[in-house]
Amino acid sequence: MSAALQNIINQPYKHGFVSDIESDVAAKGLDESTIRMISAKRNEPEWLLDFRLQSYAAWLKMTEPTWQNAHHPKIDFQAISYYSAPKQKPKLKSMDEVDPELLRTFEKLGVPLHERMAMAGVAVDVIFDSVSVATTYKEKLAEVGVIFCSFSEAVKDHPELVKKYLGTVIPTSDNYYAALNSAVFTDGSFCFIPKGVKCPMDLSTYFRINTEESGQFERTLIVAEEGASVSYLEGCTAPAFSSNQLHAAVVELVALDNADIKYSTVQNWYAGDENGVGGVYNFVTKRGLAQGVNSRISWTQVETGSAITWKYPSVVLLGDNAVGEFYSVALTNHYQQADTGTKMIHIGKNTRSTIVSKGISAGKSNNSYRGLVKIAPSASGARNYSQCDSMLIGQESGAHTFPYINVRNNTAKVEHEASTSKIGEDQMFYFAQRGIDAEAAVSMIINGFCKDVFQQLPLEFAVEATNLLSFKLEGSVG
Amino acid sequence: MIYPNSKTILEVRNLCASVSGTPILKNMNFTVKSGEVHAIMGPNGSGKSTFSKVLAGHSDYEITGGTVLFEGKDLLELAPEERARAGLFLAFQYPIEIPGVGNSQFLRLTYNTVQSHRGNEELDPLEFDDFVRDKMKLLEMREDFLDRSVNAGFSGGEKKRNEILQMALLEPRLAILDETDSGLDIDALRIVSKGVNHLANKDNAIVLVTHYQRLLDYIVPDFVHVMEAGRIIKSGGKELAVELETRGYDWVSDEYKAASRVAA
Repeated sequence: MSAALQNIINQPYKHGFVSDIESDVAAKGLDESTIRMISAKRNEPEWLLDFRLQSYAAWLKMTEPTWQNAHHPKIDFQAISYYSAPKQKPKLKSMDEVDPELLRTFEKLGVPLHERMAMAGVAVDVIFDSVSVATTYKEKLAEVGVIFCSFSEAVKDHPELVKKYLGTVIPTSDNYYAALNSAVFTDGSFCFIPKGVKCPMDLSTYFRINTEESGQFERTLIVAEEGASVSYLEGCTAPAFSSNQLHAAVVELVALDNADIKYSTVQNWYAGDENGVGGVYNFVTKRGLAQGVNSRISWTQVETGSAITWKYPSVVLLGDNAVGEFYSVALTNHYQQADTGTKMIHIGKNTRSTIVSKGISAGKSNNSYRGLVKIAPSASGARNYSQCDSMLIGQESGAHTFPYINVRNNTAKVEHEASTSKIGEDQMFYFAQRGIDAEAAVSMIINGFCKDVFQQLPLEFAVEATNLLSFKLEGSVG
Repeated sequence: MIYPNSKTILEVRNLCASVSGTPILKNMNFTVKSGEVHAIMGPNGSGKSTFSKVLAGHSDYEITGGTVLFEGKDLLELAPEERARAGLFLAFQYPIEIPGVGNSQFLRLTYNTVQSHRGNEELDPLEFDDFVRDKMKLLEMREDFLDRSVNAGFSGGEKKRNEILQMALLEPRLAILDETDSGLDIDALRIVSKGVNHLANKDNAIVLVTHYQRLLDYIVPDFVHVMEAGRIIKSGGKELAVELETRGYDWVSDEYKAASRVAA
């Protein structure tokens, strides 16, 4: 039976192909001229170049974080190309003009850019290496005042909005990778939901790294004005390379009074092979500012890919009665390392936060939950509920929990629950004795374990996440 | 019940099995025909539970000799899930908890998996709901039972009832009940036994693995066997269990040793 279980977790990564698309790739290396080059290629205004240069100056003075429970050889930042774009300019008006090879790439990935998206009713912005190649449904969204476009277009068409919010949630010097991103980011998505508008469809960005030695540094900014609401989905894949690619993204969310932002991620970057060779370093800074009263920011993430994941989608609960949520499933297999969790910073009165984290470790992987719940002196009546569950598969995987709780207001209520379980031979035998094969058993156990998180995902994403988890676990139970 | 011309369901010949190199079953012989109820008794460590797990195919045990035929087929060739689909059912002594997996979802998956392998129709969630609720009545189970996670937080009695419910759903040819009476109060024992008796018929067979005569007052066996050191050392009718209750196991053991000496 162990052998059957082993087989269930070890299926090949199906997004590992490389597309043969002519790209404009910058020479490797990083200095001030690289940043000026990126800015110039994108025809950026002076203020944005200044933002980059300040970030670069800050980054030079910083050192890489080493506190995380994940280990990798020192990254040579001069060995990375900071710009790679499919050769195809200018930005296209219609999907029909997109390079057919690019369309095929996304078809293969299950992200059709054609009319079929119309049925799915999801608007998609597609980021290929460093640039946005397509955004669907832009006009339809514009009718209700929703701006959904690539970051570059936003800089060109809505500079006042970008300038107003960029870097307000995550300062350029917030941390090493956020500073690097702020200096060299190339593209990303921008969403603006004006006052009182409920975004009529889910917005989605699909990220794809295609070039071997390029880093991906995208930047996402979502602003929901008073009473606005939006559900945003993000998906990521990369080809299988034997080298490691760096992905250092920054995502900022701003919710004004009574606004509601729901951000869902299914991350499936290439994780490296079964011996731990290759894979993406996913070092991402995501933070939401629940600025207004009764505002709500909810993060849901399903992290299955990357050689190393280092991310803590957080919420600063500034407005009174603001709500922050973090629902996470992190699955690691083989030699993957994940150090992920959240920070809930309570500042406003009667602010509430919920953290539900499910870590699944298989193979020789290590999976850590790291979270901070901070209740400021001003946050009277604040409440937090945290639940961190770990599941171990096999004998050689590790699960770790690092919860930090810092309470400065004695009217606050903070609850933390944690559990560790194991898919053992006995559970598998029980299923087998009822006629259920190992694959179906693992899938049922894992989905049961992750149920609280999956039910937060939009339906299509929930189905994808369920399949992805079963797929990633093929062959690892034992 | 013993029926004339009944078919042989299980035939165990000289079965030897060990765990991490230590022999547990030593030339075990055991035959079960359709319609029969067998009780396997014996002191702790005699190999009773091992025997049931070996039949079900638990990977901890290595088969070192002998044969097992299940309805004429080589049982030892089959993977555990294939044995279950073929109609071998084990009611566990300690049913495992599976948090987060809904009981109704689990029951439906096992039912449909087994039925489809037997070439029968699968049931959709609504049909299954009616079907399973009907079976639950037999075991006097509460409605909310279906909404809970599999065995998670169940009392001892609830876990055992859940096992018998699965037996009712899967309609096995051979049901092995491994210490189903342990941890049951007298009411639960009565309900569980009633369920088992209801499910017994001339085409299937039941093997009760137990320490106590008490269970056998409710489920009356046709044969009682005593196991010691990995083999059956005495078999008899239901009156043997009563005798064991009053006299213990030592006399059986002594008798067996004396007989073995004579034979040698």
